[in-house]
Amino acid sequence: MDNTKSRKGAIRVEPKVKKDAKVHRGAEQHKLNVADRGRSYLRHHTDVARQSYESLLGKPLTTIMTLAVLAIALALPGSLYTGLKNLQVLAQNWQGDPRIALYLKLDVDEQAAETLSHELLLRDDVAATELITATQGMLEFKERSGFAEVFDFLDGNPLPAVVMVLPRDLSSEVVPSLQADLQTLPLVNEARVDMAWVQRLEGYIQLAQRGVWVLAALFALAVLLVVGNTIRLTIENRKEEIVIAKLVGATDAYVRRPFLYDGFWFGVAGGVLAWLLIQISLLLLDGPVEHLVTLYDAQFELSGLGFSETILLLLFSILLGLAGAWLAVGRHLKSIQPK
Amino acid sequence: MISFNNVTKRYENGYEALNQVEFNMRRGEMAFLTGHSGAGKSTLMKLIMLMERPSNGRVLVGDQDLAALPDREIPYHRRRIGVVFQNHQLLFDRSVFENIALPLRICGYDPADAARRARAALDKVGLLSKEKLNPVVLSGGEQQRVGIARAIVHKPELLLADEPTGNLDPKLSEEIMRLFQQFNQVGTTVLIASHDLGLIARMRHRVLTLKQGRLISDG
Repeated sequence: MDNTKSRKGAIRVEPKVKKDAKVHRGAEQHKLNVADRGRSYLRHHTDVARQSYESLLGKPLTTIMTLAVLAIALALPGSLYTGLKNLQVLAQNWQGDPRIALYLKLDVDEQAAETLSHELLLRDDVAATELITATQGMLEFKERSGFAEVFDFLDGNPLPAVVMVLPRDLSSEVVPSLQADLQTLPLVNEARVDMAWVQRLEGYIQLAQRGVWVLAALFALAVLLVVGNTIRLTIENRKEEIVIAKLVGATDAYVRRPFLYDGFWFGVAGGVLAWLLIQISLLLLDGPVEHLVTLYDAQFELSGLGFSETILLLLFSILLGLAGAWLAVGRHLKSIQPK
Repeated sequence: MISFNNVTKRYENGYEALNQVEFNMRRGEMAFLTGHSGAGKSTLMKLIMLMERPSNGRVLVGDQDLAALPDREIPYHRRRIGVVFQNHQLLFDRSVFENIALPLRICGYDPADAARRARAALDKVGLLSKEKLNPVVLSGGEQQRVGIARAIVHKPELLLADEPTGNLDPKLSEEIMRLFQQFNQVGTTVLIASHDLGLIARMRHRVLTLKQGRLISDG
């Protein structure tokens, strides 16, 4: 408390005057604090989002036309992608473990075939065998192919007995040599590994996938242009408003906002419609595919877009909508910038 | 408040709109800018608004060197200025009230506050009863007053008017000018471009005269 002493001798300090304090004769400037600004920013966003939504509904024809183009442009690569995805699943199902099918000579009788099947089972490099006799083969063919009548025109059974061999070592080096080895057995007409076409199918699918990406990029560009052009027309209609807003101090972000929301809504609606188109076309394909699958006795169900793929489609669509709008407004704003 | 230092504006096509213009305006001053059409009045206004940038020289508004303002700062510069245009530049897709509230909404005012201020501005120009109308049904003089209300609604430090009485009869013109005078009396700096020499003479304010891009008289 001894600083009271020193206070006695304190020098009187002149009241500080702010150096840059201006004598404001002019009207008081309005100041907005940060909280107010944040609130008004949010309010503007919700207002603009709603107005944009309403104005799109207000001109249904233009909106529907644009949306239809967007939906189709997005649905095309989307359904191609879905189709390929299903093909891939199918190919994987088929691939399974490579088996060697031994088509026996036609004159081999059932007894001999069974003996061969048992003998093969004793080999070290064979894990399992299964005999399909000529009669069994015929019955299965009649049952599944739908061509049962064919046999009525034939005398006797043209099908050979088949021994299916499951190799112990499934690597791609061993299977062909085993196949060659089995080919030399006296009772065997032909030993075949039905792998080649599956691999080829894989190759085709990969090629097609690449193609789908290229196509998707092209269609994305189309979506960008369609949204950009639609927004450009809207800008043209609101040119005056933009000029006035800019003159009274609107930022570029403020001017851009309603058009970005237009793009956003186009993206949302276009994405949802595209999703619907894809799912509907899959529904249409479901019946025939199911029939085909039963013919092949395969376990397969046509799958549509999954949850994450749907989200991705929507995000992609929204992104394109926003980008198209951004480009269109950006160009316009640039053209009215002072030089 | 406004300071032009040796300002030249040459357009891309080679046309020289302003040639070495030099003048100062104090805060709270009121002045007229006159000259034939094509003398450079509009260009001078545009330079202050940053709708154009000078080819040469410096423009200062409220101690701010405009050349130092990047494009993204332009909106905030314009919010300090109110502008009245000859052709009103009103939006006919919304009411008088909405037209006037536009600058406030752009600045981010609370809607209730904005409404209060917009009505106050309308009241000042005597059009409070017409706030709900579409400006298209108003007379020329009324439209101009709506334009003025919009220019002063956010209480700018500086008020610019480009031919505000261009299409109005003498009585209405005088009324409009009196209105500007009122704003000046409460401290707003006012610069009005006009070629109505008789009216300007009666107002007894400083007059800047442009001729072919040069400032030929000031006083």
